[in-house]
Amino acid sequence: MTPVLTLTGLTKRFGAVIANDAVDLTLHQGEVLALLGENGAGKTTLMNMLFGHYVPDAGTVQVADASATLRTLPPGQPQTALKRGIGMVHQHFTLAENLSALDNILLGAEPLFALSRKRRAARDKIAGIMERTGLIAPLDEPVGSLSVGERQRVEILKALYRDARILVLDEPTAVLTPQEADGLFASIRTMTADGLSVIFISHKMREVLAFSDRIAVLRLGRKVGEMATADADQSSIARLMVGAETEATTRPTATPGAPILTLDRVSVTSASARGRLHDASLTVHAHEIVGIAGVSGNGQGPLARLITGLLTPDSGTVTLNGQPVRQFTPAAMQSAGVGAIPEDRHHDGVVGAMSVAENLIIEDLHTPGIARVGFLRRAEIRDRAASLTRDFDVRGPGPDAEARLLSGGNIQKLILARVLTREPALILANQPTRGLDFGAAAEVGRRLIEARGRGAGVLLISEDLDEILGLADRILVIHDGHLAEATSRDRAAIGLIMAGQSAGQAA
Amino acid sequence: MIRIEPRPPLSRTRRALIPVAAAVVALILTAIPLALAGAALAPSYAQMWRGVFGSVFTISEMLTRATPLIFTGLAVTIAFRAKLWNIGAEGQLYLGAMAAVWVGTGMIDAPAPVMIPLVLIVGAIAGAIGMLGPALLKLRFGADEVVTSLLLNFIILIFVQMMLEGPLKDPFGLGWPQSEPVIDAATLPTLIPRMRLHAGLLIALVLAVVAEVMLTRSVWGFRLRAVGENIAAARHAGIGVNRSLIGVALVSGALAGLAGVSEVAGLKGYLTADLSPGFGYTGIVVAMLAGLSPMGVVLAALFIASVFVGADSMSRATGVSSFLADLTVAISLISVLVGSFFARFRIRWRR
Repeated sequence: MTPVLTLTGLTKRFGAVIANDAVDLTLHQGEVLALLGENGAGKTTLMNMLFGHYVPDAGTVQVADASATLRTLPPGQPQTALKRGIGMVHQHFTLAENLSALDNILLGAEPLFALSRKRRAARDKIAGIMERTGLIAPLDEPVGSLSVGERQRVEILKALYRDARILVLDEPTAVLTPQEADGLFASIRTMTADGLSVIFISHKMREVLAFSDRIAVLRLGRKVGEMATADADQSSIARLMVGAETEATTRPTATPGAPILTLDRVSVTSASARGRLHDASLTVHAHEIVGIAGVSGNGQGPLARLITGLLTPDSGTVTLNGQPVRQFTPAAMQSAGVGAIPEDRHHDGVVGAMSVAENLIIEDLHTPGIARVGFLRRAEIRDRAASLTRDFDVRGPGPDAEARLLSGGNIQKLILARVLTREPALILANQPTRGLDFGAAAEVGRRLIEARGRGAGVLLISEDLDEILGLADRILVIHDGHLAEATSRDRAAIGLIMAGQSAGQAA
Repeated sequence: MIRIEPRPPLSRTRRALIPVAAAVVALILTAIPLALAGAALAPSYAQMWRGVFGSVFTISEMLTRATPLIFTGLAVTIAFRAKLWNIGAEGQLYLGAMAAVWVGTGMIDAPAPVMIPLVLIVGAIAGAIGMLGPALLKLRFGADEVVTSLLLNFIILIFVQMMLEGPLKDPFGLGWPQSEPVIDAATLPTLIPRMRLHAGLLIALVLAVVAEVMLTRSVWGFRLRAVGENIAAARHAGIGVNRSLIGVALVSGALAGLAGVSEVAGLKGYLTADLSPGFGYTGIVVAMLAGLSPMGVVLAALFIASVFVGADSMSRATGVSSFLADLTVAISLISVLVGSFFARFRIRWRR
């Protein structure tokens, strides 16, 4: 096999932190390489150096040219990386929603000063790529109206249109149904058969084992293992990632108690389709974790906003602890016993510019332990920060450091600490492990099960079906604003409901 | 090739040094227009220094000039910390002054211990109302408060002119568009005999300390900072964002209104349409130079006031136009903006 990309001794330091320590990596033509590692293991830094966003402190990147000879890529030049055929599809799409898919693909690939746009030629080229790869997307619709899966295809088409020969996919399946994910990997297969090489970053063991040729594992900035996928198994990879054997989260059985949260035929009629709920009914009991499976954008947003208190339903009733909810504000919902773990933890969960200690009390400003006659009790706040960061293992530069300096996993632990310490009757966990590494995700699951044991009801909204299957006592599927009880815990059956078949049809 | 790279966050001390460095750079760069105007540099700077620190009188003049800037600087600081862009301190200042003149020129006659708090409170309320409008428009209709509060300045100024030609006009003012004088009981006492420095400075200093404490230690300040730094997270956390912003608007407007009271009841004695040479706008520079810290506002106001007073004095001695002061203030603002850019990024030159 001919190597198309070699990384040699790549090292990157941020102050005292070594993000990557002499990482060597080789990618061969037509190969799918899975890059695994916990959060903070250095996967993103490595890819950012490859793509020229960061300048490495040491080491080189070599990319094969048309004649298959490896040539050193000058550091820190994304434009050159693009020109040499490296394409990157970020986890968070970088598309302009108001432009059509075609315009998005052409954006940046056209000369700035040209009299004609040669759109026909471009369209033909894209049509050719779509036909070869099976990545079909409507080209003339504005991207804002496309589904998440279609948007991702547009992102990949964008890279392929620029003649990428190396494609880097960051968590590509995070937003897809199992069926869509399978489709994506089928397309990747046809592309690699064409000679494209793929690096994909993922946390999902199942797909790493099923769809990659080789696996490279990073831990604490170092490459700790590399193996052919055929020789790998789940527990050996997990051991490499975290450096120790991890236990799968065990879920003791529990008997559900009294209903805590009831939604009775709740509808939200909003302008955008992704913001609607239609006659949604559900009940969460004490000692119960109810999982909401579904592809993102099918009504999880309004459901979560409703329970957080950011949205008032247009019809239907919401009952919390036997009391009908009249006032839909976050403060009212919190005092009624809701603890919310927001989906976008950086945007909605913490105030990055405020300290860890301040973020830990931001929901408790009215409680006497935190404030007296309108002034903060600094000693109490400091003590609380010290004990909560210890109990929940929030690691970082300390309670007085700005929260934005924490890693994603530690920010989530901070939010968990803040929410769970109040012992809420109902916990809304919206995508609680998205983007988290193995260890942190397991910790989140353990905490939720622990809260269930204490008598809380948990509403778990997740796009990761494996997570729901692992944690939830009962599973509902959300599609197009409709909620349906899943009749079986079978992946395929749930996947079909996620894709829009009625529960009866799927069973 | 030039590359701009983010750099690790600076230490607190280093960040605090940025405005100081900006001020020094601004003073140094002032040499260029000075030289272009044909003035000898060393004597000009010396004259500037003497003009500010040469005598008790010059120092008191500088402090007098700094007083309204502390008020408006605080008004802008409080608002900007909550990301409420109050550009209307100038108008709110005039509203405060107008209210002070309204109750303080004989409408109510009471001894000083009643009158002085009265004019202060009425002026603060007037200023607060001045910012309430833009804040409500922002929350209700999403109207950009930069535009509404800025444009309101001109509306208020024209309103003041109208009032000074009409109901507020001094019948004994020889036809000048000015108000009746503030009665003695409502006048802020002077601090040093035979000098203009008045008790407004003390009020401003007290308010700076109060603002600092409120911002860092109070629940109100906590909410304000949370709303300013991340409004979505604040809302998620159950903070009443709208209520918080209305509170910020009222306090910010009130502080700017007090600047007007202080000027009219402490310094001028009566209201004219040129009461403020742009104190409201300069307050923005003061707040930025202070890094949006209330205690920093005091220092920044002293610096800006020194530049103005010093440049005035130098202008009288050397004949260089005192517009130079505006130039120095502008350069210091640009310097502090450039400085805070370099606090976050560094530029690498590479081939």
